[in-house]
Amino acid sequence: MNLRRDVFQAIADPTRRAILLLVASQSLTAGAIAANFDTARPTVSKHLQILTECELLQQEQTGREIHYHINAKKMKEVADFIEPFRQMWDERFNKLEALMKNYKPKK
Amino acid sequence: MELKTKVSAEDGKHDLVITREFDLPVELVFRAFTEPELIEQWMGNKVLNFEAKKYGSWHFEKTDDKGNVVFAADGVIHEFIPNKKMTRTFEMYNTPFGVQLEVTEFEPLTEDTSRINIHTIYESIAQRDQVLKLPFTQGINWAHNQLEKFMSKFK
Repeated sequence: MNLRRDVFQAIADPTRRAILLLVASQSLTAGAIAANFDTARPTVSKHLQILTECELLQQEQTGREIHYHINAKKMKEVADFIEPFRQMWDERFNKLEALMKNYKPKK
Repeated sequence: MELKTKVSAEDGKHDLVITREFDLPVELVFRAFTEPELIEQWMGNKVLNFEAKKYGSWHFEKTDDKGNVVFAADGVIHEFIPNKKMTRTFEMYNTPFGVQLEVTEFEPLTEDTSRINIHTIYESIAQRDQVLKLPFTQGINWAHNQLEKFMSKFK
């Protein structure tokens, strides 16, 4: 499933909210994050993937390990109530752009 | 990364401006805003009426799977200059948002790119802020519904 991720979808899930809280205090590896949950490791990986796609988390390579840390800028966007309104229009206009490209004269 | 769609809404004012640059010639963007079959595709509304001319009227509607009307709005076009400008009123049914005045300017940037500028004026600051909060409120409600669904598994 490769639907465009929505930040509200990201924070709607309780496990993902718990991950954000965990990573807010310090950057952690996927293993260290998974150790805090009873959920299966692949499930936690999926949550991390969604949070990364939404840019709420960022990956940082340190040696052989990948640490996840919080993207404060994106978190601020979520807190900003205008952002969903902007996203709504952005999505509509993306659709418009994709649609109208079909009407472009061939060169 | 530079955002393609920008919304500026200053504190304590009763208007807002949406700008967007398109990877499209201005003529195509104008068509997308003024041809019913195109409007329907990107806005996701049914177009019951759209008279693309000065003093023309328009009427949009959106229904859910069961045929209930979940959104309806209408208005009158006050200025219609192809590929340049459209000024219209906008009123949503069954909401306290009042009548909005919407001035959309279409501007070519290059042969293949363009920009639109939508200036919306509300009757009051409170009405503008309510409209801005609409998708935010929906997002939060959605989050709550999801949470409720998740928690109900433990009942």
